Amino acid sequence: MIAIIDYDAGNICSVTNALNRLGAEWKLTSDPKEIVSASHVILPGVGHAAHVVEALRKRGLADTIRNLRHPVLGICAGMQIMCSSSEEGDVSCLDIFDCRVKRFEPGPGEKVPHMGWDSLNNLESKLFKDIREGEMFYFVHSYYAPLCYDTAATCRFGSGFTMFSAALRYENFYGVQFHPEKSGKAGEKLLNNFLSL
Amino acid sequence: MLAKRIIPCLDVKDGRTVKGINFEGLRDVGDPVELGRRYAEEGADELVYLDISASQEGRSTFLDLVGRVAAGVNIPFTVGGGISTLQHASALLDAGADKISVNSAAVANPELISEIAGHYGSQFVVVAVDARLDEDGIWRVTTHGGSRVTDKELFSWAKEACDRGAGEILFTSMNHDGTGNGYPLEVYEKLSGLPVPVIASGGAGNARHIAEVLAPGRADAALAASIFHYGTLSIAQVKKELAERGIPVRNSL
Repeated sequence: MIAIIDYDAGNICSVTNALNRLGAEWKLTSDPKEIVSASHVILPGVGHAAHVVEALRKRGLADTIRNLRHPVLGICAGMQIMCSSSEEGDVSCLDIFDCRVKRFEPGPGEKVPHMGWDSLNNLESKLFKDIREGEMFYFVHSYYAPLCYDTAATCRFGSGFTMFSAALRYENFYGVQFHPEKSGKAGEKLLNNFLSL
Repeated sequence: MLAKRIIPCLDVKDGRTVKGINFEGLRDVGDPVELGRRYAEEGADELVYLDISASQEGRSTFLDLVGRVAAGVNIPFTVGGGISTLQHASALLDAGADKISVNSAAVANPELISEIAGHYGSQFVVVAVDARLDEDGIWRVTTHGGSRVTDKELFSWAKEACDRGAGEILFTSMNHDGTGNGYPLEVYEKLSGLPVPVIASGGAGNARHIAEVLAPGRADAALAASIFHYGTLSIAQVKKELAERGIPVRNSL
């Protein structure tokens, strides 16, 4: 059973629909016992980092998540709040990945949010098993995790070629900036890889 | 670098896809979910579903359909057609739409853009603009499928829409739509100065037209209906043409 962490952060049906398409069983929950006993945990991300962190702390889930020993996947803002801190609302986060989330500063002709299909490189994780270098995934974000020790895939933003972390990994914790649930077959493959961990 | 996106548009009336040829191996081209999945498999980067139902019943059928599309399709999709209130946009979001597009209602009530973007973020709001080039050289915004001309000028309206929180601008030239003769490239060059992505629509007759409008400094995405539905072109053919010209595209697995 996959636990999807419920912190009342709006629309998560794209994640549940994607898991249904893969035939995976999931439960939306904010109960620490259910989260701890799940085989896999997904932290979906919708909304403002400071609000998400606050919602998790209010439910006493920040420590629950940090102490998990089985595979955890943060998606988009879910990944960002697993970092040490975020410029979005200037908030300290779960401090699992060793970097501070920053806002894109668009140069001339560059557009924020970074929205659409972009390619991943330097793939370094079992999450990307059978996924080739350069494969494209669907992104929608205005904040990013810089490159750091935990970077598990890279992507470039704009003509200034700001490289950022498209994926992060620390021990059993995984985070992806893009939306595997909206990334076609490549996204399905990634989700299946996560579920096989 | 972001890929230029190819977006088939499906017109839906009373829950069924209108237009559409018999794709090989596709049992029911009238089923919007099945057709959407087919396009996704062929390499579409996003889908747009446009509700053209005239009746209230048709409208509620569309809401059910949005839920089925969200369940069945693994790429992002936008829904549009007659969205005039925040409540309507909310219902579509809850049903699983990734973005909504507003057109005539936003022209009548520009506050609608600010309201929806304020609640759900700019990434959720596409503003579709239909305009025609008049003899005095001014591009005037039209509504209701081009049937009504307004006093708004295209570029200032597109700018206002962005200032109000539009996350993307979808521009259709009424002079080019349906002709198959290509796009007004100079208009897309000007629109590319907007702070948000621009989607080109209306006018493509072949893959070269699409490649021209997606060249650097023009549009970020191209939306098309007829050429895909009637099998004039496949998405793979378009992407091949783009790739040959060095335009970044996504080749799906």
